[in-house]
Amino acid sequence: MRHVMQPSNKHRAILSRRSFFFVSASAIGGLVIALHTNQPALAQDVAQTQMPMFPPDAFVRIQPDGRIVIAVNRVELGQGVSTALPMILADEMDADWSRVDGELAPGEDVYKDPIFGIQIVAGSTAITNSFQQYRELGAKARALLVAAAAARWGVTADDCRTESSMVHGPGGKSATYADLTDEAAKLPLPEVVVLKDPSAFRLIGKPTRRLDSKAKSDGSYKYAIDFDSPDMRVALIARPPVFGGRVASFDGAAARAISGVQDVFEIPLVSGTAIAVVADGFWTAKKAREALVVEWDTSAVEHVDSEVLAARYRELVRTPGKPWQGMGEPSTLDGIPKDARIEADFEFPYLSHAQMEPLCITIRFDSDRAEVWSAGQSPTVERTTVATMLGIKTESVRHNVLPGGGGFGRRGTMDQHLEKEAVALAKRLPGVTIKLMWTREDDMRGGYYRPAFAHRAEIGIGANGFPQVWRHVVAGQSFLLNSGNFGEPYLVKDGVDFLAVEGIADCPYDLGAFHVAAHHPSVNVPTLSLRSIGQTHGSFVMETLIEELADRAGIDPIEYRMRLVRENAPKSRAVLKLLKEKSGAWLAGLKPGHGVGTALSEYQRGACACLADVSIDDGVLRVHRVLVAVHCGLAVNPMSIESQFQGGFVFGMSQLLSKSAITLKNGIVEQENFFDYAPAYMPNAPLTMEVHLVESAEPPTGVGECPVPLAAPAVANAMSRITGKRYRKLPIIDI
Amino acid sequence: MTSYIISINGRSQTVTADEDMPLLWVLREKFKMTGTKYGCGVAACGACTVHVDGVATRSCQLPVSAVGEARVTTIEAIGETPVGRAVQAAWIETDVVQCGYCQSGQIMTATALLMEQPKPSESDIEEAMGSNLCRCGTYLRIRQAIKTASEAL
Repeated sequence: MRHVMQPSNKHRAILSRRSFFFVSASAIGGLVIALHTNQPALAQDVAQTQMPMFPPDAFVRIQPDGRIVIAVNRVELGQGVSTALPMILADEMDADWSRVDGELAPGEDVYKDPIFGIQIVAGSTAITNSFQQYRELGAKARALLVAAAAARWGVTADDCRTESSMVHGPGGKSATYADLTDEAAKLPLPEVVVLKDPSAFRLIGKPTRRLDSKAKSDGSYKYAIDFDSPDMRVALIARPPVFGGRVASFDGAAARAISGVQDVFEIPLVSGTAIAVVADGFWTAKKAREALVVEWDTSAVEHVDSEVLAARYRELVRTPGKPWQGMGEPSTLDGIPKDARIEADFEFPYLSHAQMEPLCITIRFDSDRAEVWSAGQSPTVERTTVATMLGIKTESVRHNVLPGGGGFGRRGTMDQHLEKEAVALAKRLPGVTIKLMWTREDDMRGGYYRPAFAHRAEIGIGANGFPQVWRHVVAGQSFLLNSGNFGEPYLVKDGVDFLAVEGIADCPYDLGAFHVAAHHPSVNVPTLSLRSIGQTHGSFVMETLIEELADRAGIDPIEYRMRLVRENAPKSRAVLKLLKEKSGAWLAGLKPGHGVGTALSEYQRGACACLADVSIDDGVLRVHRVLVAVHCGLAVNPMSIESQFQGGFVFGMSQLLSKSAITLKNGIVEQENFFDYAPAYMPNAPLTMEVHLVESAEPPTGVGECPVPLAAPAVANAMSRITGKRYRKLPIIDI
Repeated sequence: MTSYIISINGRSQTVTADEDMPLLWVLREKFKMTGTKYGCGVAACGACTVHVDGVATRSCQLPVSAVGEARVTTIEAIGETPVGRAVQAAWIETDVVQCGYCQSGQIMTATALLMEQPKPSESDIEEAMGSNLCRCGTYLRIRQAIKTASEAL
């Protein structure tokens, strides 16, 4: 084992692209290339690391059979990152794509996001933040292999070219990457490499099928819930009926008497306490949990009632609130005629992520070390949490990242409650591998919802039909405020959480004398990000109001938006222009009785706009066709972008559907499972969807979330076209 | 605990389990066949769909004691049938999956549909697939893949 190291960079990775590599022959004889984004004590760390079969800090492994395995420094939750990042690296490396695999990297410092400085999936940033990183990795791997070939043949690197995992030299000489690995492993990696001109991309920009399709189509793909090990135990937790409640007393005798039950005990939760049942499998644990007799004390915690909360929010948005970032005092509407005003109140319920795979984590604690198997979004934070709570070093926690069956924000908690529950089990049962599972009911009733919100907009319309004054107040919980989360200082300003006002405060429109304020009440319901976060409601409010304004002005909704979009929002302008171009033929196909709605959204540096064609027959909504224009910079994988828009639209429009609300009565969540909390099924989804991309060479931006904000307002606007109603309360119960 | 002999993917297998243990958990925990997924446990999402004598069945609601002599086929072996093979190929060709967690159930349901009705209409597809939940929203591609598989048969 040999490490060739470049000098370490002492600056923070966030600001610097400088990096260094080490090269080593791996234990299985392949070439391993690692990029280290300058962790200060890294040289020491690496020296102390015992290299297993797949060194945790490697990004590229060339196997003797020629297959190339590329480490993916993000968890795969369906967003396609385990195809896109390998595509980027393989392109610069000139790897044979038909023989490339992606492999989820474990929790290790080297896999930190180069911008965020921690290992995390959040805000659709994987491609934005790691595009350059993976290109450089690929280029350096290629340069190393070329250098090895050049040395073997006694030629210069410039005499060689690469294609499909082979180096070709003068006089018909050629060698496969696999043949060159031993020699390449002895060479120092070049510190500087030239990246390809985009015109030379072979993979980037080409519609490319996912690497995980086959395994996900034949049952062999292993999710976090599928993890297994000999003598593993399964734990379920009986949680208090009201958030924060505590166990007053319990009788576990009947549960313990069930064959296969190993232990029944009380554990602390982030808020309150609970009873854990550990058994030989899920079914036994479930029966044992049902056999528990628990007296709960919920006297000290708020018993939330959704109707009462909504009434409270309706009052709150009629009071000033804290202004968003230096917005001062709102302008008056005096002087604007009553008939040139819109006063609109909106209400949104709590929403459950309802990812298909319920939460799950596996843990094992052996006195001075621990191992975790998880599909969490931030291995850095989760690993540190586990280590701290177990009182061991972070390096002593092996954190295995397993794919998740959807996440949509649910696997990226602010308080790491899942890891803390797992630690409570591990402390009680050291030496036992324990898989903590959540049933669907646990998941649906367990909190961490998209917060409920109210909005109130007061708009004064100028004589030209465009807004002259726009006063906006938002009320809803902030899960960032006082959370200590690493994003809090960036996103909470003067007591206002950007994630609660996004889609309004940062909308691409010039709305005249514009003022946004917010209230963040404390409510005893745990809340969390849901895919596209504040835009799940902010965009709905903004885009339905813009449509209403366009209708009042008698101006085509695309045209109206084009005239209202600020000069400094070029991506919004570009998508509206493309949508307009494509809309002619599309609108010609509109059937009598159908309605068309429009929406525009800017999200995470990308923009998209759409038209939705819907009908309502006997009170049943049908979304027939959707036309989308997208600006996401350079499109790394157009096939994946199309898929994300098709699926993200369905995700976004789910919140319109009548059973898309989490409600509480006397502190208890009223929904249990998919029969009373029902996201979109096939009959709810659009029948056709055209996705058009604005051609761009700008840096790529993520598309995991940006389709979501478009869907609900576009469909609601189309419904309004048919019914004449304006929809301001979700879900829509009465079409 | 009772001992049962059940036919899974053409093989007779013996399992000792409580009589009310759903087939889903027998497959996942007793036989370590994890391709069949737990999504809801109340037959509301379809992630656990298997074939019982060729009929798409939600294994979370089928107690092991009720399986009897019926032939159970799971996602792990559906590719051994011509229709299942065509459906899986169409799924890959169409790039259907995202998170993929529901897709075992979608493929089992689609295969049962095509075994029964090789040339389904749009409404046949919607009726057969309409209660299989995909939270990633891959429904458009599922429709397309079923048509592709149908054409290949």
